Amino acid sequence: MTLKEEAHVLVVFPHPDDEAFGVSATIMKYRDMGVPVTYACLTYGDMGRNIGNPPSTREDLWKIRKAEQEEAGRLMNLSELKFYGYRDKTLEFEEKGKIKGDVLELLHELKPTRLISFYPGYCVHPDHEATAEAVLDAVAELAPEDRPTLTLVAFDKRTYEDLGEPQIQTEVRDYTDRKMKVLSAHASQTAQLLIDLSKDTQIGELARERWFEKENFYLYDIEDWINNKGNK
Amino acid sequence: MKLKPLDEKKVQSLLDEYKNEPVYIHVEVTNGVYASHNNDEVFNAGTFLRNIPITYTEGTLKGGNNFEHRVGLKLDNGGWVYVTGLSHYTVNENDEFILHGIDHSGKLAAALEISRKEFKK
Ligand SMILES: [Zn+2]
Repeated sequence: MTLKEEAHVLVVFPHPDDEAFGVSATIMKYRDMGVPVTYACLTYGDMGRNIGNPPSTREDLWKIRKAEQEEAGRLMNLSELKFYGYRDKTLEFEEKGKIKGDVLELLHELKPTRLISFYPGYCVHPDHEATAEAVLDAVAELAPEDRPTLTLVAFDKRTYEDLGEPQIQTEVRDYTDRKMKVLSAHASQTAQLLIDLSKDTQIGELARERWFEKENFYLYDIEDWINNKGNK
Repeated sequence: MKLKPLDEKKVQSLLDEYKNEPVYIHVEVTNGVYASHNNDEVFNAGTFLRNIPITYTEGTLKGGNNFEHRVGLKLDNGGWVYVTGLSHYTVNENDEFILHGIDHSGKLAAALEISRKEFKK
């Protein structure tokens, strides 16, 4: 599937490395087409359990992950990388509307035509869910004609069963080497995956198939979000 | 200073250094948010407490034979802080005294950190 020309693509995720696995090659494809891409990263991933090898500390991890994200951003040729500095793990407990406000401000500033984030209910980690909610709440406040197309990432075990085949499957085989470099830039978090990927075994085969062939996205109708919220 | 395997003498003397004065602590125990995503058998429990002001009057390191080390802090109001599963320590450039438990796969499993100044928000 070829990507459509966009005025601006906005990517919103909570952690440095959230983009690496399932989105980084798509980002690079957009950049190669000349489409501006902004990555808004809400936390520094400072509460991760993987603290590097040799281990750093809880207090230093944020600096390491920030630097890793900056390097990954350089490798992906991101137009802009923005950090919001929220504490990892706390997004769902933040003041109501605060993160939505940040996202809304960014939407007004960049006027993206496409937005990449997580799919609510199918993104496993509480910070991911909180991000999805904030993003959708923000998009819902825009006038219908100003809303970006929502291209969301789902990876819960129920995904395929509930949501079916992803509507957008980006071919990323040509980006294998560059995506590998992006994954390597996040070394504190991806060490085990990098080992798996290099293996000449079934594990290696599966990992390469999963990450280097297609990046999958689901389209999302914001009206579903608006209507379902009303029913809650 | 890099994180190092826990040295009982040094850690005990550090616990003594921060005692009887107002300090902030960071306490954490985790088995990872992905634990139950990766394995249905896992019950995902964890905690972190950050920038909690305390003063402790006794701070003691125990364990270390067949077990990970544990630390108990007796507070000036009679309360307690208890953390087990500690294996490494350091004091960083901000004078933050850091105790970590690093599990067999190299991941952080437990932390007790003590500082005279507030930790980063
Ligand atoms: Zn994440």
